[in-house]
Amino acid sequence: MATVTAAAPRTALPGLLKRPGVRKLLLLALAAAILVPLANARWASGTWPDALTVDVSEPLTKASDWIVDNRDSHPLFLYFFGHISNAVVISVRAVYLVLLAAGWAGVTAAASLIAWRVAGWRLAAGTGVAFLACGLLGMWVPTMQTLALMVVAVLASAVVGMLLGLAAGLSERMDRMLRPVLDTMQVLPAYAYLLPVVLVFGLGVPAAVLATVVYAAPPMARLTALGLRGADKEVLEAVQSLGTTARQRLLTARIPLARGELLLGLNQTIMMALSMAVIASVIGAGGLGDRVYQALASVDVGAALAAGIPIVLLAVVLDRVTGAAGERLGEEPRPGGRALWLYALGGAVAVAVAGRLAGRLDWPDAWTLNFAEPVNRAVDWMTDHLYSGVPVIGGTADWAAHFTTWILDPLRDGLQWLPWWSVLLIVATLAWLIGTWRTALTAVLAMAAIGVLGVWGPSLDTLSQVLAAVAVTLVLGFATGVAAARSDRVERMLRPVLDVFQTMPQFVYLIPVVALFGVGRAPAAAAAVVYALPAVVRITTQGLRQVDPAALESARSLGATPLQQLRQVQLPLARPALLLAVNQGVVLVLAVVIIGGLVGGGALGYEVVAGLARGELATGLVAGAAIVCLGLMLDRVTQPTERRAKKGA
Amino acid sequence: MRVRITTAVVAGVSSLALLTGCGAADMTKQASPFANAQGAKTVTLSVQSWVGAQANVAVAQYLLEHELGYRVDTVQVDEIPAWDALSQGRVDAILEDWGHPEQEQRYVKDKKTIVAGGDLGVTGHIGWFVPTYFAEQHPDVTDWKNLDKYADQMRTAESGGKGQLMDGSPSYVTNDKALVNNLDLNYQVVFAGSEAAQITQIKQFAKEKKPFLTYWYSPQWLFEKVPMTEVKLPAYKEGCDADPEKVACAYPHTPLQKYLNADFSKNGGAAAALLKKFKWTTEDQNEVSLMIADQKLTPEEAAKKWVDSHESTWKAWLS
Repeated sequence: MATVTAAAPRTALPGLLKRPGVRKLLLLALAAAILVPLANARWASGTWPDALTVDVSEPLTKASDWIVDNRDSHPLFLYFFGHISNAVVISVRAVYLVLLAAGWAGVTAAASLIAWRVAGWRLAAGTGVAFLACGLLGMWVPTMQTLALMVVAVLASAVVGMLLGLAAGLSERMDRMLRPVLDTMQVLPAYAYLLPVVLVFGLGVPAAVLATVVYAAPPMARLTALGLRGADKEVLEAVQSLGTTARQRLLTARIPLARGELLLGLNQTIMMALSMAVIASVIGAGGLGDRVYQALASVDVGAALAAGIPIVLLAVVLDRVTGAAGERLGEEPRPGGRALWLYALGGAVAVAVAGRLAGRLDWPDAWTLNFAEPVNRAVDWMTDHLYSGVPVIGGTADWAAHFTTWILDPLRDGLQWLPWWSVLLIVATLAWLIGTWRTALTAVLAMAAIGVLGVWGPSLDTLSQVLAAVAVTLVLGFATGVAAARSDRVERMLRPVLDVFQTMPQFVYLIPVVALFGVGRAPAAAAAVVYALPAVVRITTQGLRQVDPAALESARSLGATPLQQLRQVQLPLARPALLLAVNQGVVLVLAVVIIGGLVGGGALGYEVVAGLARGELATGLVAGAAIVCLGLMLDRVTQPTERRAKKGA
Repeated sequence: MRVRITTAVVAGVSSLALLTGCGAADMTKQASPFANAQGAKTVTLSVQSWVGAQANVAVAQYLLEHELGYRVDTVQVDEIPAWDALSQGRVDAILEDWGHPEQEQRYVKDKKTIVAGGDLGVTGHIGWFVPTYFAEQHPDVTDWKNLDKYADQMRTAESGGKGQLMDGSPSYVTNDKALVNNLDLNYQVVFAGSEAAQITQIKQFAKEKKPFLTYWYSPQWLFEKVPMTEVKLPAYKEGCDADPEKVACAYPHTPLQKYLNADFSKNGGAAAALLKKFKWTTEDQNEVSLMIADQKLTPEEAAKKWVDSHESTWKAWLS
């Protein structure tokens, strides 16, 4: 007996130790055993110790004062920022004047004809209808303002993105240096840098365009770099053997070979820029975003929707057209293509001139639909009947209250009760188990930075909200995704709904969400779920559909029920896709934290909003930085290393 | 290679300088690119997020457009950024300011880029309010000393066992956290985060006739839809709110002010003159606000209705 027990560990231990996860855990436990008593002896406190925080509010306030005092006189502004700002104003104005001069008929015709040449007549018809709908909703002028802003912002983002992407694609060192910068640009909530941008450039269009560039340039940069790196080695060698210089190779081989990625980058940039249209309205960018924002102030969901729909339409049209252009890239140019382009151009000019001669440049007032009122009635009906007192299942207000007291409160209190070092330890464990010691270190440092910035408490509050919202998103998203993967009909029906969810400005559903769930953290979670759900559903569906049909077929022939097929074949095989869905869910939920701040979510989201509203640079930037750190930590904890290596860009 | 890059940079910078005219760019003289689009004179007004501010702007805009032939652009911005925009000339006027002594010191007194535009004619007051249906059942709730008695009934999922005092947008002037603390009340301040969220929640409470306690202010159109009664706080005395940490008194009554960009005030012609004379009453403002927020008229329709029926009031602003 004794020999058996003594022998067992001797053989089992090395066996266990061979598993990397166990080895990592043991090492971590060892490190913790040494460090935790030390930390605890020196800074024994539940939350992050005061001794380890740095107060950055004073230098930030000083910087902001300096800018305000010197903005009208210092050469830095007069000779540098001032010119950038002027250039933006002049370009936006030029585009806007052209759009106005073309008139509604001219713009609609030009847009449809371009869509026809690039993507076929089906999308051309769709484009025409979309533009006419903007007019019908009484949003013609704001739509043109937004379009002018978008044209300039997208061009600027594409140029900046391509330059960064070129640098990263050609030099390994630049790539390593740029990657964290691009990460930060994307995760930093736009709200947090609106204030610094406004301080430097002043309120209005220049600040809005520059804020948009910061947000929309990274995908272009990433995809440009990816395209340059991915260029076929053999083609490059062939070109090199012809005795070309480095620059010739770049211009004649590498960039043309990367066309597909460049176009995809442009597509992504357009989408991101449009999603900034509403947020930029907070700093006076005008256009559709401003209409949504003003409608919000008078609690008018119908009017907000009327301005939100053109944004959705623009996004869908631009997405489909650039997407179709990408798919057609490989095709041989058809004969007579150039002549058709000329016809299209001629047609657009003819319509514009006709409109001008007929004196019909402005959208006629009589042709607008008042649809705000029925929408408001519908929203009122919904909130009246669902808010409370629904038999058996209870009203939405009751759900929200239960969700808050049963899930959000224990989660938040639990996280805030944990000693600070144990939070770091948990983060390290999770990140190391799924990645390498590098990812673990990044995650721990990000979490520690939150403590150092002095926002430990609110950050854990935000973290609890994010975790709860992600859990709900995943449950709903996986269920819907499975349904869509099993039936083409369901998928087809879901597609437009997902499009709308994804592109509808969040400001539009803020009021209905509060009307249904009351003020607090529950509506914030609901808004986050609405925003993050489409991506999770799409990735899940795609992942399940790509499962090897042969594996599924053999399972079926063995007599597995549909449920068994799903559980034992599809889900395990789609594991990488499902993990990606988790990762995207986390990132997208975090992106709505600010919107949560506008409906009573409190914590970091509220602080960022407050920073902008009160002109307090420190409040907004510190909270924004904490959100970035949370995002970095969550990304590292949910994204396995293999994919990181593969993702490359 | 190094040489070539340097040449490229030099060439780029100098061509940029040539393009932009080589000179200094004046950041204070930049209007919106959408302004003056079709040869019209434009005035840009800042609108704050509450409906009262929308009402001021709607009427001013209507008169500027229909009586004086201007084009009016409106920009919705929070209060502090609006001051900054006003100083830079991105915005020509703020029509309703609730008192920002720090900004006044910096821009009006020190930098002289903004000038006072006189009273709006409306007096603003911030306070704590309970719905009148609840105050009628429990008259003693209107004194802060009795608030703790009702904390249980004001509890929500967000207030963590205490009563909920609902605050709104972070941009509004508030001492509520300090007040709850210094008056030692069993309440938790919950920030709705935006006025829209706060109004929506108040309407939902009112539909169910539930008791609630909220930060609110007059003039406000919502009083017409949800009658509310103010809770008496310790009386306001000059300077009792000087130290934000130690405040233990009510909010003052503030005559609301207008502010104009200094350049615009001097060279703005008829538009600047009209905005300086613009002065109406609380009732006037509420009339317009209610049309916008409750009857869902567009601000322009609401302004037209008011203008048509109050000719004597606005004729004086044009003289």
